[in-house]
Amino acid sequence: MHLILFVVFAGFCLAGAINLLLQSHPINSALSLIVVMTSLAVLYLLLGAEFLAIAQVIVYAGAIMVLFTFVVMLLNAGREERTLGSRSARNVGFPAAVAILAIIATIILKAQGLGTAQLSDGLTDVKGGTNIEVLSTVLFTRLLLPFEVTSVLILIAILGAVALARHGAGEPSASEPKVDNQ
Amino acid sequence: MNAFSREVPLAWYLLLSAALFTLGIAGFLFKRNLITVFMSIELMLNGVNLSFVTFAQQWHAVKGQIFVFFVMVVAAAEAAVGLAIIIAVFRARATLAVDRIDLMKL
Repeated sequence: MHLILFVVFAGFCLAGAINLLLQSHPINSALSLIVVMTSLAVLYLLLGAEFLAIAQVIVYAGAIMVLFTFVVMLLNAGREERTLGSRSARNVGFPAAVAILAIIATIILKAQGLGTAQLSDGLTDVKGGTNIEVLSTVLFTRLLLPFEVTSVLILIAILGAVALARHGAGEPSASEPKVDNQ
Repeated sequence: MNAFSREVPLAWYLLLSAALFTLGIAGFLFKRNLITVFMSIELMLNGVNLSFVTFAQQWHAVKGQIFVFFVMVVAAAEAAVGLAIIIAVFRARATLAVDRIDLMKL
């Protein structure tokens, strides 16, 4: 069952990522990126990270991709144009990307002692309690200061987004990219 | 049940994350639209997140998942600021083609 789910959703993941590359219209790329992120949420669930699976759907597939599609529609982005630079980037970049993939894959396949993932034992952590219990305990005790610092980071990001986007004329849509999450 | 349909090697998850990361790099290099380039960066972040979760499962440690949590928070902040910058650039240049955006001066 785990294998079937992995193969199906890894296939969705790869197909969405390749489709992101092949589509020339940004809105199609954004929609295929949503497919990638939602399938990744299922893979997180298979790996026993329930909280991250939910957060992936809410934060990535929800908040961030809504921002992306909003900006694509606001700026009325059309088809991308091919130039001379794009052809040279393709000629140089494709072997470079394949080389990077080959290097990483070789390192992974040579690594010893990697275990396997099962459907049954993956859903709970070994330290007692469910995944969310363990995660929140660590997050709110040992890592409380970094957790609070991220709230300051988000506040600064909201202020920066508003300041950047309303720079020009006072259009009503200027303050929209401040939409954020916790 | 047969052993075939029970377990998945964690190396497969790592290979998937490497493939996603590489596709993100390829999109970053090939795509000519500013928004799509930004989406490719998000794809690379997602690939790295998958490897973090895989290693958290491998070592039964919760730290990897906390790392992913922080990456998500930073990615949300980054998306908000980055898209605001894209809007500002579009107002100044009236284009989204990265070949035409070659000056830092607005």
